[in-house]
Amino acid sequence: MTAPRQRAAQPFEELVAEHGALVMRVCRALVGPVDAADAWSETFFSALQAYPRLPAGSNIRGWLVTIAHRKAIDQLRGAARRPEPARELPELAVAEPASADDDDELRAALDALPLKQRGAVIYRYLAELSYAEVGELLGSNATAARRSAADGIASLRKRLSKGTS
Amino acid sequence: MTTDKQIIDRLEQGFAGSSTAFDTDGRLHGRLAALAERQGLLDVSYCTIDSPLGQLLLVATGKGLVRVAFSREDHDSVLSRLARDISPRILRTPRRLDEPARQLEEYFAGKRRAFTVQVDLRLARGFRRSVLLRLRDIPYGKTQSYAAVAKAAGNASAVRAAASACSHNPLPLVVPCHRVVRSDGTLGEYLGGAGAKRTLLSMEAAD
Repeated sequence: MTAPRQRAAQPFEELVAEHGALVMRVCRALVGPVDAADAWSETFFSALQAYPRLPAGSNIRGWLVTIAHRKAIDQLRGAARRPEPARELPELAVAEPASADDDDELRAALDALPLKQRGAVIYRYLAELSYAEVGELLGSNATAARRSAADGIASLRKRLSKGTS
Repeated sequence: MTTDKQIIDRLEQGFAGSSTAFDTDGRLHGRLAALAERQGLLDVSYCTIDSPLGQLLLVATGKGLVRVAFSREDHDSVLSRLARDISPRILRTPRRLDEPARQLEEYFAGKRRAFTVQVDLRLARGFRRSVLLRLRDIPYGKTQSYAAVAKAAGNASAVRAAASACSHNPLPLVVPCHRVVRSDGTLGEYLGGAGAKRTLLSMEAAD
């Protein structure tokens, strides 16, 4: 290591390349295939805005997922009907391709989970965050996050076994 | 019976999207870049182009072309340094570099003798900057000695500093440091390598 740096200094392009796919998976799971592209764009736009102030050595993946989490809550609550950047979002030239291989049954099962369990499952297994990070995101702690994730998976298993067996 | 493992696998696959590769057509990326540009958050844009001297990295700020790099300089580390020295808000946005890319292409095709793109010389300061400003006066196909350039930049005794300014030129090709040679006629250092310098000089001389 050279002299200590106060701020993150990796080119933002590298963040998009490294974490873009994972953030998209999380967005699809959080808000569904139709709104996922907007959630993704808003997440990376907010991240780009804040990026020069991000302290060096931050966990970039956790930071991006936290932003995606907030954007998803905004969208789901419909609180601000359209958060600021969304109004500026250029239209996509083509509509998001029909998500033929999106798992509708899984999606429905996930939507049926209580919020904490749903968040814990998505952030632990799709975003691959640690239980401590998931706990922080959900305003609890590692132990509670672990329990929520386990409960969530158990409940998904129950729902999804019904149809198949 | 479904196991937890199967549920987790299904989760991982279920939200991968309609293709396994992410944003292959670059639509999401393009949209992010367009929004960033509109909101004044695209501090640094870049692209790479192919040239007879290998792949070139072109980088621009809102003020103009700020860096041209040869592949032997390692494009990733050049971008990392720019993230530190200018801003980490860097995105690949070829559209913003259409004009310099086109002019360089014309130059290599022998159809252009001077560049008219806006340049941002913020990476060179003081005497180095004065040297670079003088270099733009050396015409296509001509050469000048480091000593002559030092004198033109206002310090005849600073020949070494002039040579150093040339070998650290952030905008090679566009600011033609390749047209500066040693007083004994040998080529001297070049960011793109001695071979590249020779190629450029013979290309310009042949015209």
